Amino acid sequence: MLTIDMATTALREVNATLQAQAREGGQGRFVLDNPRGAHAVAVGLDAPIEVIVKGSTGYYCAGMNKHATVRVEGSVGPGVAENMMSGEVEVAGDASQYAGATGRGGLLNIRGNASSRCGISMKGIDIVVHGNIGHMSAFMAQKGNLVVLGDAGDALGDSLYEARLFVRGAVRSLGADCEEKEMRAEHLSFLKEILARAGADAAPEEFRRYGSARKLYHFNVDNADAY
Amino acid sequence: MDKTPRTEPRQSWTFSREVTSEIRRAAATGIYDIRGGGAKRRVPHFDDLLFLGASMSRYPLEGYREACGTSVTLGTRFAKKPVELKIPVTIAGMSFGALSGDAKEALGRGATAAGTSTTTGDGGMTEEERGHSATLVYQYLPSRYGMNPDDLRRADAIEIVVGQGAKPGGGGMLLGQKITERVAGMRDLPVGIDQRSACRHPDWTGPDDLEIKILELREITGWEKPIYVKLGGARPYYDTALAVKAGADVVVLDGMQGGTAATQDVFIEHVGQPTLACIRPAVQALQDLGLHREVQLVVSGGIRSGADVAKALALGADAVAIGTAALIALGDNDPKWEEEYRALGTTAGAYDDWHEGRDPAGITTQDPELMQRLDPVAAGRRLRNYLAVMTLECQTIARACGKSHVHNLEPEDLCALTMEAAAMARVPLAGTDWYPGKPGF
Repeated sequence: MLTIDMATTALREVNATLQAQAREGGQGRFVLDNPRGAHAVAVGLDAPIEVIVKGSTGYYCAGMNKHATVRVEGSVGPGVAENMMSGEVEVAGDASQYAGATGRGGLLNIRGNASSRCGISMKGIDIVVHGNIGHMSAFMAQKGNLVVLGDAGDALGDSLYEARLFVRGAVRSLGADCEEKEMRAEHLSFLKEILARAGADAAPEEFRRYGSARKLYHFNVDNADAY
Repeated sequence: MDKTPRTEPRQSWTFSREVTSEIRRAAATGIYDIRGGGAKRRVPHFDDLLFLGASMSRYPLEGYREACGTSVTLGTRFAKKPVELKIPVTIAGMSFGALSGDAKEALGRGATAAGTSTTTGDGGMTEEERGHSATLVYQYLPSRYGMNPDDLRRADAIEIVVGQGAKPGGGGMLLGQKITERVAGMRDLPVGIDQRSACRHPDWTGPDDLEIKILELREITGWEKPIYVKLGGARPYYDTALAVKAGADVVVLDGMQGGTAATQDVFIEHVGQPTLACIRPAVQALQDLGLHREVQLVVSGGIRSGADVAKALALGADAVAIGTAALIALGDNDPKWEEEYRALGTTAGAYDDWHEGRDPAGITTQDPELMQRLDPVAAGRRLRNYLAVMTLECQTIARACGKSHVHNLEPEDLCALTMEAAAMARVPLAGTDWYPGKPGF
C-alpha cells in the first residue's frame, strides 16, 4: 500500500502515479491523504487498483474510471465518476450535482445524498444513492439503473430513454415522458442483488419503478406539449 | 371568353412559393422542418471583401517561385504535443451516423494526404476514421455519445463543443431513420427511435465549471493534447474571452453558414451571426487578452475557396475548418445523381434531407446499398485535390500581397465592397479609408 499526501504532492503527480498502474498491470492499493477538496482526483484510472481518499474532494473525482475501485471517506463535488466505464466508486458522504453523469458502466455507491441531476444522461452505469436525490435526476438517461433509498426531487427521469429508476421514498414529480411502471420479478431480483452489493439496508419490495413512457420516441404532434 | 385585359399574377415577396409550401407542409405534419446543411439565405460574406494586391506601395512575391509558407501549429499554449499541420485548412467535426463509415474514411484519407486533420462528431470515434487520419481531433459533445477515455487518449487533440454555427444554443432532434443497429449501439439508444441531442453539457454549467472540466481532461490525457473549445458564432467577443479564461488552447469559431447533419430550418436560418461578422470580435478578444496567436483561432462556416481561407487568415484567424465543402468534394450533391435527387423531390446542389438516410451519393447515409456508391479511396483523392487547390489559391493571393507566409496576411490587405461587410470586417470600404465605427470619424 502506497500513501500519497496531497498536501505535499501535486495533482499531476498523484494522477500520473495512479494511471501508471494500468501500463504496469498493477493491482496496488493506494491511500490519498489530505485531498482538501481538490478537483479531478483519481481520474482516468485504467487498472484494477484500489484508491482510498481520506477526505472530501472537488469536481470530477474518479472521472472516466475503468476497472479501479475508488473509495472516498468524505463528500464529493460535482460530477463524481462522470462517464465511468467500469469498476466501483463509493462515497461515504454526500455528492454534489451530476453524480455519475453519462456513466457507461460500473457501480457508483453514494452513502449520503446526491444533489440535482444525479445520473444525467447515464448510459449503462448502476447508481445507488442511500439518501435523497435532487431535481432533474436521470434527465435524458439512456441505459443503466438508478436506485434511490430516499426521496427524489422534481422532474425525475425527464426525457428518459431506457434507463430504469427505482425509488423507495417519495417522488416530488415526474419529468416529461417518465411514468411509474410495474415491478416485476426480474426487477426485484436485480434490486436484491444490487442492494446487497451496495451494502444498502432496504428490501426490494419497498421500491417503485419508473421508466420511459416512450411517447417521445417517435415524433407525434399530439405530444407536442411534452417537448 | 372574357377578353378584358388582366393583370399578370404576381407572387408575394412575403408569401413566396417557398414560404407557402412550408406553411402547407407544417399544417400537414405538425412538425417543424428538419434538414441538414447550413444557412441558405444570402448574408454578408467573404465575397464582399477584396484583396489589395501589391503594386507600388507593396512588393509582391513571384507566384509559384518564391516561398510562401502554409504550416500552422495549433495548441501551443499548454499542450505538450501541439498539432502540426502543413496547411491552414482542417476538416470540421462531422459525426459517424450523420456520415457513413466510408465517408469518414475518405475524409481521413484526403486530409492525411493533404497534411491536415479531421475531426470526429456526435457519435464517437470509428476505426475507419482513426485508422485513416494521421491527425484526429476528438469532439467532446453535450450528448457524449460513444464517449470513452480510451478514445480520448487515442486522439491528437480534444475539441469541447459548446456551440455550433448552424444552431448556437440548440440541441437537436434527429428522426429515427438513421439510428441503425451500429449507430444505436455507439450511442446507447434503441434502434430506430428519434435521437434528442442535449443543447448543453450535462456536467458543467458555465465557464468556471469548464475550466475544471478542462483540467480533468488534461489530467486524463497527461496534459499532452491541445484542448479546443468550439463556439457557435453568436457573441464572439465574450464567448472567445471566456473560452480562453477557461483554458482553451484553441478556439474554434463557427459562423451561421456552418453545416449540420439535421436540425430545425428555423434555427439554421435565424440564429447566429454570419462567419464574416464573427472573426474580428473574436480576434479583438484575443488581442485584448494579449493572447492572439498564442491561443489559436480556427474559423469555420461557409468556407469554399482559397480566397475565403486567405480572407479569414487576413482578419486574424490561424486556420479554417471546412465541412459542407468537404462533403461536396467527396461527391455529395453531384449532378450525376440528378435523376435520383429529383425522385426525392429536390435537385443536385439543393439536397439537404441528410437525416432521412437516402443520400444518392452514399455519403450521409447508413443504407448499405447507397454506401457502396462511395469509393473512399477515390473520394479521399478528390478531397486531397480540393485541399491542395484551396492552399495554392491562398498562397497565390498571399504572394500577390507580398507575404512569405499566409499568416502574414492582415486586414490592411483588404477592402470591402459593401457598408455591411466594411462594418463587420472592420476594413475600409473600397475607394475610401473609412469603415463604419472607425475611431476618429
